[in-house]
Amino acid sequence: MIVDQPKYKTSEEVDFVVIGSGAAGGILAKELSTNGFRVVVLEQGPYLTSADFTHDEIKVLQEDLLTNKPKLQPNTFRKTPADKAVRQRVLAYGRCVGGTSVHFTANFWRFHEIDFIERSKVGAVPGSTLADWPITYADLEPYYTKVEWEIGVSGLAGASPFDPPRSKPYPMPPLPVKSSGVIFERAARKLGWHPYPAPMAILSRPRPGRSACVNCGFCLGFGCEVGAKSSSLAAAIPAAEKTGRCEIRPNSYVFRIELDSRGRAIGAAYFDEHKNTHLQRAKAVVCCANGAETPRLLLLSANKLFPDGLANSSGYVGKNLMLNSGGVISGLFDEPLNDYKGYAVSRVLHDFYELDHEKVGFYGGGGLDARFDFTPIGFAVSGPFGGLPPDTPRWGKGFKDAIAHNFTRTMEVFCHGTSLPVADNSFDIDPDVKDAWGLPALRMTYKDHPDDLKLSNWLFDRGHELFDAAGAKKHWGYPAAEQQFAVHLLGTCRMGKDPKTSVINADHQTHDVKNLFLCDGSSLVTSGRGQPTMTIMALAFRAADRITALAKRGDLV
Amino acid sequence: MFRDSNRRQFLLQSVTGFSAVWISAQWPALVEAAEHGRLEAQSAAQKRLEFFSPAEAIEIDAISSRVIPTDETPGAHEAGVVYFIDRALTTFAADAQAIFRDGLPELQARVAEVFPQIAKFSGATPEQQDQILRSFDKQAPKRAVRAFRPSPGAETFFETLRTFTIAAFLLDPDTRGNPEGIGWKLIGREREHVFQPPFGYYDKDYPGWQPPATQEAEKDGAKK
Repeated sequence: MIVDQPKYKTSEEVDFVVIGSGAAGGILAKELSTNGFRVVVLEQGPYLTSADFTHDEIKVLQEDLLTNKPKLQPNTFRKTPADKAVRQRVLAYGRCVGGTSVHFTANFWRFHEIDFIERSKVGAVPGSTLADWPITYADLEPYYTKVEWEIGVSGLAGASPFDPPRSKPYPMPPLPVKSSGVIFERAARKLGWHPYPAPMAILSRPRPGRSACVNCGFCLGFGCEVGAKSSSLAAAIPAAEKTGRCEIRPNSYVFRIELDSRGRAIGAAYFDEHKNTHLQRAKAVVCCANGAETPRLLLLSANKLFPDGLANSSGYVGKNLMLNSGGVISGLFDEPLNDYKGYAVSRVLHDFYELDHEKVGFYGGGGLDARFDFTPIGFAVSGPFGGLPPDTPRWGKGFKDAIAHNFTRTMEVFCHGTSLPVADNSFDIDPDVKDAWGLPALRMTYKDHPDDLKLSNWLFDRGHELFDAAGAKKHWGYPAAEQQFAVHLLGTCRMGKDPKTSVINADHQTHDVKNLFLCDGSSLVTSGRGQPTMTIMALAFRAADRITALAKRGDLV
Repeated sequence: MFRDSNRRQFLLQSVTGFSAVWISAQWPALVEAAEHGRLEAQSAAQKRLEFFSPAEAIEIDAISSRVIPTDETPGAHEAGVVYFIDRALTTFAADAQAIFRDGLPELQARVAEVFPQIAKFSGATPEQQDQILRSFDKQAPKRAVRAFRPSPGAETFFETLRTFTIAAFLLDPDTRGNPEGIGWKLIGREREHVFQPPFGYYDKDYPGWQPPATQEAEKDGAKK
């Protein structure tokens, strides 16, 4: 933590209050403060640093060291609006400075051209609100490049024939290949597919103040002790603090965006760590609270002008939730891969990014990656989510022998794919359940579009083919099941030209409130093929440029 | 659907054998209990029981030793799992005490039913013990086990004990639990947290990235 951060008074009107410090909020804080604006970032979680991170899987995964706290922040779930929601945990997101980018796996490929124009290309999909973006890949390309160079992304340009055009190579070479990657690459090539070194938001070369990856293997779910993972915390927040114009205010839980009588945002009301309430005044509000908490906050901020939720004249706030489809096929080999070393993913392929819908009989596309992302307890606790084959005894000598033999000899093929937007799939507020601050709890309504499940199963078949080609001793998986838990929180305040069918315009400005901007997973119109963080960060860099232009033109005051 | 997130959710639900609510409320104490278990296992002089009677502890130790048995390598007994569970039940898992209070006698009742000549679970042979436990393991195939009266209490008890045993055995030894890294040694997970490539058998001779055309040309060349 930088000590010479400014300390703004809440009564002092700063230029921007940014709500959330994750993949989008961290970038916006850096860009806006670098552009000369006074910025306060309100982050609901604590300000943790490398010294707080640990490989203790109980403390991190079970105690939610880095993530939302289900005891304080209960959720409810229902499949359709006709159902009564029941209390259950529905999501995990980063709840600390840096947000989810602190604990994510760091898969970091770009969306392709098709993701922005798919509705025009494939036409209407029954049961889906699939739409084109108001921007294209070409609009975002400079910002993808900016992300790669500014935060540090390792990869190999031109290695995948399916990659979209790029204006610059990666700033650093790919991370070292893992055994899972070698197996994957050789088998995929036998099948005529095109594996390539996975682009990862993890440093393969050191940068000032940040180490290159030390291959500890604790990426998914964990914070990086050496700063190699290019989270907002490691790669953006320090630059924001260095400007001397940006204050990061942790343990600040925003519960309302306040408007004046003219319908303009005047700031954000929040609880501090002692549950005292404050209003941070600002000329404009940028909400980057994630695809679940951003719509929830807008709904909590309903007022006379916006009785159905702030900036919700379209009724689209919280709707069209997309989670990405996919799943895991696991394989066992004769020799040790020791794939717990390194990082998660070293090879990926995107041969199936654009499937011929008439041929396969469903909408969608995706890819496969080679990975191992188990922690020891997670691996050994048997069942479909563990690392052991389904016929393994759950206890006893057979169980002990299996964990002893398999832990170093197992890898996964992770299948990642599209998720169709469906109007009823949503995040909103529960009418009955309250959180520890007395606010209505987050409610998730979700039922996968049938095509998402078909796509998942189709990709699983490719995973099995790959393991056959690789000569795996054994491989297994389970049919796609309906999802009830979310980590990719996408599409819930979608971007669009038409105020009737979208919440923000291409500048991330809400159609309804001129000085209120939204930028995070909620802005996405389509889900890509999985792994959205790169696109969220690119959007944040672009949003910062657009917002800066508007502010300098005097449009926000 | 089996994604990262769902696996994590499953872990949240399964590691403990209780409920997600229970876990989130109790993990700090679970951590404490793991640390306690480690210390107890390291120092025989400090082995104290706070929940189980010595006689009950012998039974719990016997059951967890069937979950991860001791053979040519150490098992649950050597990892001090019984002390971990004892500590758990007097701290964070106090609300699970009933599971143990009701479940253990139910389990013993079945011992008496199946093997009238044996007084306690710990007095049975390993084969007899496994036969008893299989009759409670709902998810395991019921091989060679005759139909018993249902015993949900004992089933819950066994599932709870099973998951506790695995968690206590595989915790990061550099933080808490898993004394001397017994569990990690068994699964082949080195205790270091910094590694250099090559990592495993399949990447040790990797020649470096080659575009497919090069490889295909090489393959063609080799054929000729």
